[in-house]
Amino acid sequence: MNIVVCVKQVPATTEVKMNKETNTIIREGIEAIINPFDTYAIEEGVRIKEQGGGKVTVISMGIPKVADLLRETIALGADEAVLLSDKAFAGADTLATAYTLSLGIKKMGPVDLIICGKQATDGDTAQVGPSLAAKLGIPHTTYVRKIEEIREGTIRCQRLTEDGYEVIEMPLPAVITVVKEINEPRIPSFKGLMKAKKAEIPVWTADEIAADESLIGLKGSPTWVVSTFVPQHNVNSEMIEGKPEEQAKILVDKLLSLQLPLSK
Amino acid sequence: MDYFFTEEQSMIKELAARIADEKIAPVALEYDEKGTFPHDIVTVLAQSDLCGVYIPEEYGGLGGGILEMAIVVEELSRACGGIALAFAATGLGSFPILLFGNEEQKKKYLPDIASGQKLAAFGLTEANAGSDAAGIQTTATLDGDDYVLNGTKQWITNGGEADTYTVMVCTDRSRGPLGFTALIVEKGMPGFSFGKKENKMGIRASVTTELVFENCRVPKENILGREGMGFAVAMKTLDRTRPGVAAQAVGIAQGAFDYAIKYSRERVQFGQAISSFQIIQHMLADMAIQIEAARALVYQTCRHIDSGAKNISKESAMCKVFASDMAMKVTTDAVQVLGGSGYMKEYPVEKMMRDAKITQIYEGTNQIQRNIIALELIKESKKKQ
Repeated sequence: MNIVVCVKQVPATTEVKMNKETNTIIREGIEAIINPFDTYAIEEGVRIKEQGGGKVTVISMGIPKVADLLRETIALGADEAVLLSDKAFAGADTLATAYTLSLGIKKMGPVDLIICGKQATDGDTAQVGPSLAAKLGIPHTTYVRKIEEIREGTIRCQRLTEDGYEVIEMPLPAVITVVKEINEPRIPSFKGLMKAKKAEIPVWTADEIAADESLIGLKGSPTWVVSTFVPQHNVNSEMIEGKPEEQAKILVDKLLSLQLPLSK
Repeated sequence: MDYFFTEEQSMIKELAARIADEKIAPVALEYDEKGTFPHDIVTVLAQSDLCGVYIPEEYGGLGGGILEMAIVVEELSRACGGIALAFAATGLGSFPILLFGNEEQKKKYLPDIASGQKLAAFGLTEANAGSDAAGIQTTATLDGDDYVLNGTKQWITNGGEADTYTVMVCTDRSRGPLGFTALIVEKGMPGFSFGKKENKMGIRASVTTELVFENCRVPKENILGREGMGFAVAMKTLDRTRPGVAAQAVGIAQGAFDYAIKYSRERVQFGQAISSFQIIQHMLADMAIQIEAARALVYQTCRHIDSGAKNISKESAMCKVFASDMAMKVTTDAVQVLGGSGYMKEYPVEKMMRDAKITQIYEGTNQIQRNIIALELIKESKKKQ
């Protein structure tokens, strides 16, 4: 089983600061970590390998320094890690990122399962996983909280929903994005850390993955960030209980009591 | 302070610290309250490879020494001195094999301990053999190819949880301490069972039980060294593991200090943080001074032992006494800095104060340690004349 795990470098803070002029994340002076949701993806990949054999390769697109974070993934049980790094990748939105990752994954040869974290803690878009599946022309399931079974070219997993979960089976190769309920990431072992220190992380450029330069980096990114702001939530909510008819009556009475201007 | 660790020692420290902060600290108070054994943390330790830090690489360990063991114990104890003991007491149970085991015994027992698959324990104390270790009454009589053991060991750390026990027994009553013998006893051997589980003041996440031997048959090849070497096995083992107790004390004290200084910055009285009051500042300064002095002594003692020095009893006893007395004082002061909150179980420092107390008592009370130190000093003085 060839497993690929996609990871992203994010700032080690819950308060992401934005550059107001370029509307991009300020990364200078802030410690970089592996996106916390991706650590669950790494752990799940390693567990699948430990149970059924195979190989886990981690891939990331980022600046050269991301190689240090990829080395950490070796300590956590990944067999290899590849960094896609090139000035031409800079400024990529989710679409260009998914395209770039898809080329990197294609270069690796046959892959059975691709695992991503459900979203990154900086951009919070949750788009790269599904976009990557689309670029590769394979199925995907998001918000996976449990893999029930992997067998004979199919995967069956539980997809977390707001009020429970769905069971989804799909053919492999496929992409899944995972939520934190799926496992508890391990702490690296000492021998893993020693192995990671010595690990070579190959860096693939745009040329090496034969990228179409109109589809990568800023050029390949149709997203325009006009402005960014932290939304203010000032909602006082009240739960109305009772039978539906009673609830409707209470609700209408309350709305009327507010004397809201009604449009004609 | 930079203690000039090697790169590997620094990595061991960082890894142990991560386990302490991420895995142990969040559950420490719960384990203390329930007094149950932390199997899940032992699994984490096993996966980390740290169980084998002091075991040679040829037996599956990381090839470190006493210093590496102390580094791990200290870091784990910062979060919980009780949970750290699953690791530290395994070291105590393993050193008789490391020091006196033959090649077959080492090959048979050490790899499983190094990988964390099995824990070890050390059985010396009995109802009438505490500070007076020569009072051992558990007997072993050779019958064919087996020793037949009878008697009860008490207050044995990791009792029931460990698979490998190094036990001191009496094989020749007429010879006093020279009639003691060390044997490796495995859990599950016929006639070996576990008695009362103690309800302790502190280190409550560590299990302490009796080892009960009723015509327990142990193959004679499980002897460590020779018959009559038991007392030497025990003493040489304890010389090497007392710095572990000292490291546990330093870790507990550091944990209490870290909490106290943070609390003092947040707690407001008379309109300002109590850390702005000189009396609190001086208490914190004194706590930090004592912790650092103890730590320096522990590390240096470990290095002294790891260098292969022959006479280590005095130094080993000194670091144990100094660090454990320090931990008792520092944790008591930490409770004082927190005031009423410090006395409440909601806050971690009262537990640390209870945990610290044992370090003055076990692996030789501090009174016995002072005897050892004084006798060595007098011996050294005589030699100079």
